[in-house]
Amino acid sequence: MHRGKDMKFVGDSRINAEKTSQIPKDYSEYPGRTEAFWPNFLLKEWLVGAVFLVGFLILTLAHPSPLEGMADPTDAAYIPLPDWYFLFLYELLKYKYASGDFILFGILVLPGLAFGALLLAPFLDNGPGRRPHQRPVAVGMMLLALVSIVWLTYTSASHVNWQERAEANKPIPESSVVVDKEHEGFAAFEANCMTCHGAELEGSAAAPTLVGIEYSAEEIATIAKEGTGAMPAGIFTGTDEELDQLVDFIITVNESAK
Amino acid sequence: MLQKIYDWIDDRIDITPIWRDIADHEVPEHVNPAHNFSAFVYCFGGLTFFVVVIQILSGMFLTMYYVPDIENAWKSVYYLQSEVAHGQIVRGMHHWGASVVIVMLLLHTLRVFFQGAYKKPRELNWIVGVLIFFVMLGLGFTGYLLPWDNKAYFATQVGLEIAEQVPFIGTELKTLLAGDASIVGAQTLTRFFAIHVFFLPAALFALLAVHFILIRRQGISGPL
Repeated sequence: MHRGKDMKFVGDSRINAEKTSQIPKDYSEYPGRTEAFWPNFLLKEWLVGAVFLVGFLILTLAHPSPLEGMADPTDAAYIPLPDWYFLFLYELLKYKYASGDFILFGILVLPGLAFGALLLAPFLDNGPGRRPHQRPVAVGMMLLALVSIVWLTYTSASHVNWQERAEANKPIPESSVVVDKEHEGFAAFEANCMTCHGAELEGSAAAPTLVGIEYSAEEIATIAKEGTGAMPAGIFTGTDEELDQLVDFIITVNESAK
Repeated sequence: MLQKIYDWIDDRIDITPIWRDIADHEVPEHVNPAHNFSAFVYCFGGLTFFVVVIQILSGMFLTMYYVPDIENAWKSVYYLQSEVAHGQIVRGMHHWGASVVIVMLLLHTLRVFFQGAYKKPRELNWIVGVLIFFVMLGLGFTGYLLPWDNKAYFATQVGLEIAEQVPFIGTELKTLLAGDASIVGAQTLTRFFAIHVFFLPAALFALLAVHFILIRRQGISGPL
């Protein structure tokens, strides 16, 4: 480092006014075939990163991120499950000597020992040898921990029917159906159809939804009078004018839901 | 033109030594996959950092739409997934990145462990690395609640019940995390949001900085 009275600075700053040439260091004296990090090696790293990113994006596109229905704290039947990397801890707490009276063993002692040993590994395994066969205890403990974690995760995950779980907990989109109660056909709907088809045309155990149907106006009128499938004939009991208004109402609601 | 701008800045703040200090270092042969392919195990750490960068960027974009409140959290995520252009991809990257970062972190840890690279003089950097692992698990745990769907809610409830069983400080610990001694609700969501978006990332950045500075000071461990 340059020191002394003859130093020149830029203005009143601490920046040295004399430019020193910036030549990358020469590594030719280092043992082995070394390579400069900038820019040679960085370009290779860049390539590895690009390949990794492509794989990652394929994963993202092939498997959209899951979202279940909105949290319902009153849903007592829901079986909780953590993210996969906590499954081994979750499974551990199912064992007799890691739950109930022994819960502290399961939540504190065992994970505390494992993670504590991991944190302090350099001090527990403090011999000079670096090769795995020179430190059998440390390597053995790590292999044991790995096998246990893989086994616990596998056991926990194999008890879950993932597909069924995803099916049962699909999100229910908010209804975008607009029911205009001022509509002239609403009265006819209320009197003739609502009991079975629901106040928002959402359907019920007795009848399907009327939203998203692909019938023409004439077909709707015919079905209202003559029935279809499980719907008997003669349910609609009104004038022809009311029937027209009813059909118009059902079509209007369908348009709003699109 | 660019050179002139650079010189103008360099005259005033002398930035060349700063970046040259980062750029000028040698990469030894034994960590270079171009010389022996098995050296790809040395890529795990860098790729972990790469996924962390993906997490930070995708997370920043997620907060543009996400609302940390029990009425709207789920709705905002659903909206992001189904309505926002490329929202599905951004959330997908954050969702899968959270898993991939754990996998890469595990691989990196195992590489360092089985090579005994944590031995003197690199003990401190190993400890910093394990702390990064813990912070990452914390980020996973707090981030899991944020979409506020059923799996998020009930998993967090179980997690908080486990925290409550810690002797002496259990109730206090649960209250600190959940905002209430018995309710998992609005307060829990805002707390987890704050922990996930501010507290843990701050800790993560500090630890990562120390991790990288120590690597530059000590260099990569030699071949076995």
